[in-house]
Order: sequence, then structure tokens, then C-alpha cells
Amino acid sequence: MAVPKFKTSKARTRRRRSINMKLTAPTLVTCGNCGNPVLLHRVCPKCGFYRGRQIITPDTNA
Amino acid sequence: MKHKIGFNKLNRVPAHRKALLRNMATVLFKHERIVTTKAKAKEVRREAEKMITRAKEDSVHNRRVVGRKITDEAVLAKLFTDIGPRFKERNGGYTRILKLGERQHDAADMVVLELVDRKDDGKKAKREERKAEKKAKKAEKAE
Repeated sequence: MAVPKFKTSKARTRRRRSINMKLTAPTLVTCGNCGNPVLLHRVCPKCGFYRGRQIITPDTNA
Repeated sequence: MKHKIGFNKLNRVPAHRKALLRNMATVLFKHERIVTTKAKAKEVRREAEKMITRAKEDSVHNRRVVGRKITDEAVLAKLFTDIGPRFKERNGGYTRILKLGERQHDAADMVVLELVDRKDDGKKAKREERKAEKKAKKAEKAE
């Protein structure tokens, strides 16, 4: 049966992961109403505004 | 050939899925706006828009066809006398989906599904009023 001849070194593992498991930061824009950073095309969770319109009333207890 | 015309089964058996879509469409017509997951919203939209197209012309036949799916008579009446006529001039695209972000519990994509010409029935303003009242009362008590 085919078996690995050598142990994968830490460097080799990390080199692979640095390319294939890279994390990317989400693209954020500032809310036009309250200036809170929000995800693109999402209703602002802080003030409940989207495209200049009040969509939801955010939970004030939270 | 039935290529590229799939739909989301929503992990449910046909009867369950049918019931879910009917119920959600009924609630959508009743309240004109619902908060749900993105996957469900997209499937409900499909059903609901077909019903609205039917509701644009009020005939016995159309009422029966839609009535097979919407069993709540009050909602059916509203669909044909209120919602249908409102969309007379619009060719499709009667609903709008607004993304809300992920749900805390299971990270499901949540959205608002609403009729595009939803009327603000003043309920929200009333709710705000009540909230303000409560707050005022609390402040009084604290003193």
C-alpha cells in the first residue's frame, strides 16, 4: 500500500494553507443614515435603513 | 426536456412543501410583508407572483384557481379586491426582497419579503408610540 515516506513539515503545511485556506475580510460600506459599517446590499442592523428607507425597527433592548 | 427549470425543495416532502408555500403566501397577502429566510422567500415569491397575476382579473375561474391554494376566504377576497387591482399597471415584479443579514441562531440568510406598493397602515407608528409611552412610564417609576 502506498504510504507517505516523510512527515509533512510545519513549513510545508503552512505554505499550503497560506494559499488554499486564506481568509478574506468582508467588504464593508458606511451606512448612509447612521455611518455604521454595513455589508453591501444589506439593511443596516443598527438603524434599520436601506436605500434611504426605514425597513425595520432595530431591537432597542439588545 | 426538463433542463434548467429546477426549484428549491427546501428539504421537505411534496405535501409539506406545498403546505408551507401556501401558508406563507397567505400570510404575505394578509400582512403585505414577512420576514423569513432567503431560500424560502425566493420560493414563496414564485408562488405569490403567479397568484397576483391571476388576481388582476377578477373572474370566477381565476378565483377558483387561486382558491385551491389560498383557503382563507378573507385573504382571498383581499387579494382579488385590493391587491390585484393595485398591480393592474405592473407586469410582474410585484414583490421585493430586502436582505437583513444572518440570523444569530443558525446563520441563515434572513430577508424581508414585501409587496412593492405596500401601504404603511400606521401600525408601526402606533407601535412606536406605545414604546415611547412605556419608556416614559419606566422613567417615572425610576424617579
